[in-house]
Amino acid sequence: MMNAISDALIITKRQLLQLARVPEVLIFSTIQPVMFVLLFRYVFGGSIDTGQPGGYVQLLMPGIFVQTVAFTLAATAVGLSADMQKGLIDRFRSLPISRSAVVFGRTLGDGVLNIVVLAVMGLTGFLVGWRPTSGAFKVFLGFVFLFVFGFAMSWIGVLIGLSVREERVAQNVTFIAVFPLTFLSNAFAPTTGMPRALQYFAEWNPVSTMVAGCRELFGLKNEFGATAGSFPSENPLLMSIIYMILIMAIFIPLSVRKYNNAAKK
Amino acid sequence: MKAVIAEDLVKTYNKGSVRALDGLNLDVEEGTVLGVLGPNGAGKTTTVRILATLLAPDSGRATVGGIDVLKHPDEVRKIIGLSGQYAAVDETLTGWDNLIMFGRLYHLSAKDAKVRAIELLEQFSLSDAAKRPIRTYSGGMRRRLDLAASLIIRPKVLFLDEPTTGLDPRGRQDMWGVIDDLVKGGVTLLLTTQYLEEADHLADEIAVIDHGKVIARGTSDSLKKQVGGERLEIVVENENVQATKEIVAKVSGSAVNVDEGLRQISAPVTTGSKALIEAAKLLDEKGIHPLDIGLKRPSLDDVFLSLTGHVAEEKTDEDLATATGRKKGKK
Repeated sequence: MMNAISDALIITKRQLLQLARVPEVLIFSTIQPVMFVLLFRYVFGGSIDTGQPGGYVQLLMPGIFVQTVAFTLAATAVGLSADMQKGLIDRFRSLPISRSAVVFGRTLGDGVLNIVVLAVMGLTGFLVGWRPTSGAFKVFLGFVFLFVFGFAMSWIGVLIGLSVREERVAQNVTFIAVFPLTFLSNAFAPTTGMPRALQYFAEWNPVSTMVAGCRELFGLKNEFGATAGSFPSENPLLMSIIYMILIMAIFIPLSVRKYNNAAKK
Repeated sequence: MKAVIAEDLVKTYNKGSVRALDGLNLDVEEGTVLGVLGPNGAGKTTTVRILATLLAPDSGRATVGGIDVLKHPDEVRKIIGLSGQYAAVDETLTGWDNLIMFGRLYHLSAKDAKVRAIELLEQFSLSDAAKRPIRTYSGGMRRRLDLAASLIIRPKVLFLDEPTTGLDPRGRQDMWGVIDDLVKGGVTLLLTTQYLEEADHLADEIAVIDHGKVIARGTSDSLKKQVGGERLEIVVENENVQATKEIVAKVSGSAVNVDEGLRQISAPVTTGSKALIEAAKLLDEKGIHPLDIGLKRPSLDDVFLSLTGHVAEEKTDEDLATATGRKKGKK
């Protein structure tokens, strides 16, 4: 057990070392969400009336946070499929290390990267007017929520990354999966304008419950979703916790098994 | 004492439609080098992957260092090293970073990992490149670092899967030197290769595999005897084929093979360059100017042709060119 943890941490450290050796990766994975914050804040912010004090940016920030951590799925999938393609996974599997160390180390590493990105985004948000009103503890809790959600999404990415033949496929598959998920939600605009079926989807979408949950934790009323008075929109935090547990309960065992059977395609 | 035993290994892919291994048997005596020779798709890599615990066979059994590969893979992993086409290093990191990472993953202490990294970098002449990212390394350096990473725990049994495929001639020479030194140090080595020359140079014994089976086994001398020695090959204009055939028959003293289409006349010779010079002289006396003339060493193709009656398939022109030392397209 101790070995399993220390093995995983060595893999995590490897990922952080990569960032130190090629800092551009970190810079660009931060620039993109920051760019999103600025674009949404200034392009849409002016024309969307939220009726809340502080304006659109208050509702936007939780949305962008959740979108960003949801995309951890893509980062994990691409990273692992690259390792697989290059034969690194084979080498790892020939070592006397815990059978889950490599995938745990990877998801943890992507989690650490998320912390950095979230911090930079939070700061950017603050500079353009984001002011959470719930107090330090709840804000912290909100970020913990975001971190765990990213970690859970990362495990879906492990399974995808180890299943596809090529890095580029991983890139495309994950993008196609996550992009609609983040837009068919309450993250950027009210779901009330959507066709009925999409509204229903958006209502139950984990991204929506996460966004609504974070809005709550940052001290806002969730105006962008609660249309139907449905269970997820009434209990976004509980629902998000259920989703995260479900995702991890399904994808961690599947991913670890996949890793142990992983053969270079 | 056998360091590696594989018995009746069978491995199929795509629900049985591709038989990668079809009852493969081999063993490696402790402290010796076995060269597993075969074309792409013959089952070399599958064999290595099973022995290195990366893949489970459909049936059959295997032991490495006396340990059952299927029952105790974790124990096997503690005594093996794996390097080659399919085991890699992290290209973003430096050589140093990689060796430390793998050392730590072998559960060496931080201090021991450093000591070992310094030793290995020295041993493989990579000390100067230690702090550079692997992606700036030449192909040969990269392979050497890859090999170094597989030697961190001083494995009892080392698997090298096509260690020189894709290297330029100089890189190949360097790699051979490095492997020679390892072999002198007494490691048990199972090496796969597409190149007879490589197996010849490095291996004590050679197992030729094709379609997932060992089809011949022996020392390189005994295999070469089956294949025949060097061949004299001459290409001439149409009108000179007959005369050249007579000359070649005289020089060779054996059966002469004539390929009318290619206007190529060839025959086995035993005297090497002497035969070449003699043939050139005789041609000159007759006023025949050959379009091409040369000595051809036995190639993997020849081994295959003689052992199986078919040419080694699924090889690229490039592989053929390097394997046989011939120019691309000339055949």
